[in-house]
Amino acid sequence: MSDLLPMLLRGLRETLYMTVLSTALAYIIGLPLGILLVVTGRDGIRPARVLHGFVGLIINLARSIPFLILLIAVLPVTRFIVGTTIGSTATVVPLVLGAAPFIARLVESSLNEVDRGAVEAGRAMGASSMQIILKVLLPEAKPSLLLGAAIALTTILGYSAMAGIVGGGGLGDIAIRYGYYRYQKDTMLITVAILVVVVQVFQEAGAKIAKVIDKR
Amino acid sequence: MDEILRISNLTKSYGGEPVLRDVNLTVNRGEVLVVVGPSGCGKSTLLRCINGLEEIQGGEVALDGEPIGTGRHLNEVRRKIGMVFQSYDLFPHKTVLENLLLAPIKAQKRARRELIPEADALLQRVGLSSKRDAFPRELSGGQKQRVAILRALMMKPEIMLFDEVTAALDPEMVREVLDVMLELAREGMTMLIVTHEMQFAQAVADSVLFMDEGKIIEIAAPDVFFKNPQTERAKQFLNIFHFEKKERNPEK
Repeated sequence: MSDLLPMLLRGLRETLYMTVLSTALAYIIGLPLGILLVVTGRDGIRPARVLHGFVGLIINLARSIPFLILLIAVLPVTRFIVGTTIGSTATVVPLVLGAAPFIARLVESSLNEVDRGAVEAGRAMGASSMQIILKVLLPEAKPSLLLGAAIALTTILGYSAMAGIVGGGGLGDIAIRYGYYRYQKDTMLITVAILVVVVQVFQEAGAKIAKVIDKR
Repeated sequence: MDEILRISNLTKSYGGEPVLRDVNLTVNRGEVLVVVGPSGCGKSTLLRCINGLEEIQGGEVALDGEPIGTGRHLNEVRRKIGMVFQSYDLFPHKTVLENLLLAPIKAQKRARRELIPEADALLQRVGLSSKRDAFPRELSGGQKQRVAILRALMMKPEIMLFDEVTAALDPEMVREVLDVMLELAREGMTMLIVTHEMQFAQAVADSVLFMDEGKIIEIAAPDVFFKNPQTERAKQFLNIFHFEKKERNPEK
């Protein structure tokens, strides 16, 4: 029991590190892609059918790869970027690649919720496309984007648990090594309980903040 | 008279279905033109074409003698055209004041400091000073629409387009919006107004334009149009607003 607590704490720290860093990096890729999807869509401010279709196709392709396969398939890429394929930092690479297209779709649906009239009013007043994206679309979609971020965070947390399979560290790793391989049911249950609490905190915090900033 | 807007041979269609057929129109500075006609006649589309919200298939719209064009140039022209929509279309996550300031700060690059007194003066004029820091959802429909008019005025437009701005309002709120528009007209603002409020049209218009099936059927002074329309279709249209008193059957 005396070794368990430090181990769980380390696992929690690793899990949070992987999850938060991966989500942040995945947004750097996914947010612009989501904006691109909405802007180039049929009713977007700069319709571009071919580009829209192409980006959508790439995202769908990436999303249809099961995460476990992606995890293993990108090992060479991971080694190239991080220098190793083991540990939490190495896990960030497949997590980002797996989550970015999912985030692009989340962002797309949030931006599509923005009242078309508000966008049109912006256009009618002579705002440039960039001004409409930065000053109308994104601010008006803020609560929905935040809810999406909470969903993304908890989904990536779930993915990060799978990283244990390739020695990725974190709570999922502990659950698999002790609970599954060594039949230590208690350890597994405690680990899962911690994950449940973390998911709960992320989700509730996201929903609360979204509600406070929603002025509609 | 000083011409501000010229529309020549304007053609617009949605997927092969013509909505505007060869429309020609000139508007002079300070003129108030009211556009009426049955729904689907193309009157809203006409307004939307004037500031480039709709792609046109033929003809030309020119403001101050210059075609409105596309891209960056279109954005410059749009800043001279104020537009108010039926559904208000305020920015829901911005306060009334921020709604008024956004476009002049971003699109016209004007200083916030000099704009705030202008916004306050406008709000006071329409009796909405107390709503300065309210969010749109806290306003009534009539208040929202007055804010939407002010938002357009903040850009100091040369011409204002009103697209059925009272159609979504309860009757008692219609008046407060129309009063703001009447005052603007008195001050000499050039206005194109699409409306179904015939009495208001009669009061505010310098000329009335009647459209049907994508064409301009008749343009006339309001007295002439409402009392003695020249075309059969205009007569039929105006009859819709006229009710015969119901004959009572004395036997029953």
